Amino acid sequence: MPQQIPADSVGIVTPQVARFDEPLLLRCGKTLDQYELVYETYGQLNADKSNAVLICHALSGDHHAAGYHSMEDKKPGWWDACIGPGKVIDTNQFFVVCLNNLGGCSGSTGPISINPETGKAYASDFPVVRVWDWVNSQARLADYLGIETFAAVIGGSLGGMQALRWSIQFPERLKHCVVIASAPKLSAQNIAFNEVARSAIMKDPDFHDGYYLHHGVIPKSGLMQARMLAHLTYLSDDAMGEKFGRELKTDGIQYGFNPEFEVESYLHYQGEKFSTSFDANTYLLMTRALDYFDPAQYTDNDLSQCLSTAQCKFLVMSFTTDWRFSPERSEEIVDALVDADKDVSYARIESEKGHDAFLIPIPRYLATFGAYMKRVAKELAL
Amino acid sequence: MTLRSDLNIIQGWISPESQVLDLGCGQGELLAFLQQHKTCRGYGLEINPDSIVSCIEKGVSVIEHDLNDGLADFKDQSVDTVVMTQALQAVRRPDVLLEDMLRVGNEAIITFPNFGYWRTRWYLLGKGKMPMSKTLPYNWYDTPNIHMCTFADFEALCREKGLTILNRTVVDSNHQEHWSIKMWPNLLGEIAIYRVSR
Repeated sequence: MPQQIPADSVGIVTPQVARFDEPLLLRCGKTLDQYELVYETYGQLNADKSNAVLICHALSGDHHAAGYHSMEDKKPGWWDACIGPGKVIDTNQFFVVCLNNLGGCSGSTGPISINPETGKAYASDFPVVRVWDWVNSQARLADYLGIETFAAVIGGSLGGMQALRWSIQFPERLKHCVVIASAPKLSAQNIAFNEVARSAIMKDPDFHDGYYLHHGVIPKSGLMQARMLAHLTYLSDDAMGEKFGRELKTDGIQYGFNPEFEVESYLHYQGEKFSTSFDANTYLLMTRALDYFDPAQYTDNDLSQCLSTAQCKFLVMSFTTDWRFSPERSEEIVDALVDADKDVSYARIESEKGHDAFLIPIPRYLATFGAYMKRVAKELAL
Repeated sequence: MTLRSDLNIIQGWISPESQVLDLGCGQGELLAFLQQHKTCRGYGLEINPDSIVSCIEKGVSVIEHDLNDGLADFKDQSVDTVVMTQALQAVRRPDVLLEDMLRVGNEAIITFPNFGYWRTRWYLLGKGKMPMSKTLPYNWYDTPNIHMCTFADFEALCREKGLTILNRTVVDSNHQEHWSIKMWPNLLGEIAIYRVSR
């Protein structure tokens, strides 16, 4: 719990709910007749509504990007390092919007929500949503908030894919697009990792074809394994070595198979924590959205042609030890943007933190990101 | 905005509304000037983190890229002018990069320090040591300038590759021209600014 709220924090924030009754046609062909999106905002929307910034969250993220929900919170929102008064995304200048995506499990309509047709949780009946659908629903939220054009749409990892999709799907509705530690599509290896995670969940005896909530259980063990595996892919070898080395948590080796090394116990802790706070069906959905993301598939796999419709300016950033979405993957985006003659800047940030680096206040990352956001503010005369 | 004198000479050779690629663009002064005064468009390539931040602050599109990795990401004849100031002598294969510059661009503008400058020659002759000066401030062992050449060398390379030298301005270390430099450029000139095409 924060003893007191830091001066550069957005402070105590309260999530809000937007309810939509206009049906949303999804990419899979199904329709969501009504749905809710839970979101938070930080800063003030200016009179001409030109200072709004949309933050898109990654796989396990949610709408709580900055600040605290109460003085009892142990940690601030997931991107508090970058959002706040005087921070990179300066809430003195920008009106920041962050929502929990459709299919999420933090308040927006998703598998744990009650299906009005059955009166029970959607569970496996919740449609498989795609990045395309998220961007559409985010645009509806923008309409609801009276925001015609975003000053910037920003995201890391899966969030970066949403930002990129925005630039193609609603080219006239954003001025800038910031894509961090992301990729234009998943590689076979990325999909394989996701499949191992999904498999762990679906093979859990408590999964019940996804209707586990109807049975009053959760596939805890499967979700835990999925998270342990995924967590590994967010860290670099160096970062793990530095954090844990070969340290034992037991008194000498035990000649057994229970966790003895610190790294084992850390992974178990992370898995355990996640398995009780996240919904397994949401996890399946999010990983599938990642797998299916490939905007260039509609333009003959020509990414530059796909991005040629974009009208915004871009900042792309990657991290040297990120092996989940390596710098080369970001450079594919940059090359396509250059090819399409778009305004793009790119920085490859030195960091030993792996994929998770985009959440960490690395000085060069903040300096580069901050310079870009100042430019955004300057161009819009904020 | 006043532009450094060598950059001022360069900007004079760049047409309004053209596409420019600046290799080793530093803090983006040239591109910022060209964007504002000549409505040019373009990208800067740079590897220095602080310079990249400076470019972004100026609204210059900058891409982190090591020139030693070549320009393969850029398509043939995709820009009008490729500029490279004071970096030719620091890359691993200046000859290959020069070819690449004229593959990507219609014209190339290149500046580099002249190793044939009389003080450099005198330094080596008199002291018997690798020359150091205001233009060449490094020790032989820590210099980034791994391929020093003279104007005569560069022009020979251009001839060998069948390139046309469209313009050449030779200046002193303060980027000033002088009649004596025009008379004996390879002896009295410290920095040359070349504009070449295929």
